[in-house]
Amino acid sequence: MVLNLDLVFLSKEASFDIQFSLIDYDGSMSYGRAYLVGLLNTLLVSFIGIILSTILGIIIGVARLSPNYLINKTASFYVEFFRNVPLLLQIFFWYFAALRALPMPEDAPLIFGSSYMTIKGLYTVAPVWNNFDIFFIALIIAMIVIFFFNKFAKKKQEEEGKQYPKFLISLGIFIIIPAITFVVGGVDLSWSFPELKQLAKTSFTYEGGMGIPPELIALTLALTLYTATFIAENVRAGIQGVGKGQKEAAASIGLTPSQVLKLVIMPQALRIIIPPTTNQYLNLTKNSSLAAAIAYPDLVLVFAGTAMMQTGRAIEIVGITMATYLTISLAISMFMNWYNKRIAIQEK
Amino acid sequence: MFKYLKQLTSLVAMVAVLFTFTTETMAAKKSKTLKNTQKKGFVRCGVSQGLPGFSNADAAGNWTGVDVDVCRAVAAAVLGDANKVKFTPLSAKERFTALTSGEIDILSRNTTWTLSRDADIGLTFVGVNFYDGQGFMVRKDSGITSTSQFKDGISACTNIGTTTELNMRDFFNSKGISYTPVAFEKADEVVAAYDAGRCDTYTTDKSGLAAQRTKMTNPDDHMVLPETISKEPLGPVVRQGDSVWEDIVRWSLNTMIEAEEYGVTSANADSMKTSDNPQIKRLVGAEGEMGAAFGLDNEWNLRIIKQVGNYGESYKRNIADTGILPDRGPNELWTKGGILYVPPSR
Repeated sequence: MVLNLDLVFLSKEASFDIQFSLIDYDGSMSYGRAYLVGLLNTLLVSFIGIILSTILGIIIGVARLSPNYLINKTASFYVEFFRNVPLLLQIFFWYFAALRALPMPEDAPLIFGSSYMTIKGLYTVAPVWNNFDIFFIALIIAMIVIFFFNKFAKKKQEEEGKQYPKFLISLGIFIIIPAITFVVGGVDLSWSFPELKQLAKTSFTYEGGMGIPPELIALTLALTLYTATFIAENVRAGIQGVGKGQKEAAASIGLTPSQVLKLVIMPQALRIIIPPTTNQYLNLTKNSSLAAAIAYPDLVLVFAGTAMMQTGRAIEIVGITMATYLTISLAISMFMNWYNKRIAIQEK
Repeated sequence: MFKYLKQLTSLVAMVAVLFTFTTETMAAKKSKTLKNTQKKGFVRCGVSQGLPGFSNADAAGNWTGVDVDVCRAVAAAVLGDANKVKFTPLSAKERFTALTSGEIDILSRNTTWTLSRDADIGLTFVGVNFYDGQGFMVRKDSGITSTSQFKDGISACTNIGTTTELNMRDFFNSKGISYTPVAFEKADEVVAAYDAGRCDTYTTDKSGLAAQRTKMTNPDDHMVLPETISKEPLGPVVRQGDSVWEDIVRWSLNTMIEAEEYGVTSANADSMKTSDNPQIKRLVGAEGEMGAAFGLDNEWNLRIIKQVGNYGESYKRNIADTGILPDRGPNELWTKGGILYVPPSR
């Protein structure tokens, strides 16, 4: 049998709608566009998941080494529990448990004076920008200035031993430059608040503001809690892998405990932590495809699900989906390898 | 004399060649799928993952339903035993790939017959065993009694990979209502999410809604709206390219429907052999050579009726008596005001 491959379908009208999209999309657009929507949703949940699981992983990893019995045991209980329960079950748990527990829109309490957490999702304020592009350019300019300032500060330190409060100054630049655009650039920001809307006698929803679907929240939560356990173990292993003598020697030359951690322990621990953590990032990204089970419109649900069914182009679509995940994974690997090389011991 | 003998021999030779040629084409006509099925000793049938009334397995793993009965009818016809079926539960997403890749030989899984599916992706629809249409389910206390009361911002739970997703868009677009689709891969999750209150409405084929309603925490709290927004002729599907197998499945289904039309049931099928009506006699294998064209014996249709029953029996047993859709609606014989009408077996 000859494989009859054909990618023409990508430009045909998709004619199905998607619940949640980062870019403009409706069913009159092409399958190619639907693919992009799915891809961006996958990248979004992976990105948020990686950031949150890294933060949580570091906290739990350090807590695992805490001399405080309670903190120490709580952290190890968390790790053992969440890494030993299958991820799909955890996703179902967070999704259906949360759905059952959350209030209907009309009963939801106001959180932080602006948001409502309901069974239909989190409704919160949305920024409404005027001349956002000017503000955005200002942000980029601020980043460039910060980059050059840091380069300059490093040079000064190396040549003259003069230390600047780098972090504070960077933060200042980051706030002040964009802030100027509000005064002179015509940039204006207002907020759109969600408002309760009645659909039927007992059926409500929120309008305006920003709606975050419960599927995204449940998926992010499950992926973060699961992956953070592995990252926590990497962090613990990394810190324990640095010889005790290093810490004692650092303390003996008069460094403060925070300086010891920042200047002596962490640079060495990171070398142990980064490679296995890269694996976890890759796992998280690939695991995000379990989204299909709870209706989060990621690449697998939208493209390898609906689009595959409507077109019947199974081989092409599975091929494209595999190539996409491979590309994302290789990109993460490349970035992490670059970072790993940067923090590796520099033989001089 | 010898002159004629030579001519006679060549004539005999020609006849012999012709004869072998015809027997060979007859043998080649025997379907590959049929041959494989008879060699294996069971019919490989793709069904749903659990839709009461259509294809649903009980705790002991026995499958029942009108879709299941189509496969059982084929098994009765080609293997002589309606129980010789291997059922493969498939999600909406997997079903066509399973059929085209040869994992199953019949897909009998409440599948809508559409042009693009029939023409595009290597499938052939053989008939309709249930006339359905897409509808909406809502909570009774919402006060909604018609789709005309739907408002902007409504959220609708459904399955992915179905015609439902496309119809839903057409419907809401034509009404100019903005909506949020929440599409799950499996029906059980759709039911769970809708039941929990994630969506204001649940949309799929009306038969599906009626069947899934029985799975809700409180089935009486929900109702199916009267409007039907699409035509959903559901029927069994086979792979393209084996026209004999296609005919076997088509006529197994037709036999069930025609048997009901002529009043032949599993109970009286044997006694109908002596009927005065030649049409009935053909239906129970007592007249004509109705199986030869498929490479089957003459009583293939009798076995279907005896072991599985006619369409009316199957409907009553699976859909009416279980309380899913007691009213047959369009799925009534054309002689009784429905639209079930099949070509005659003759």
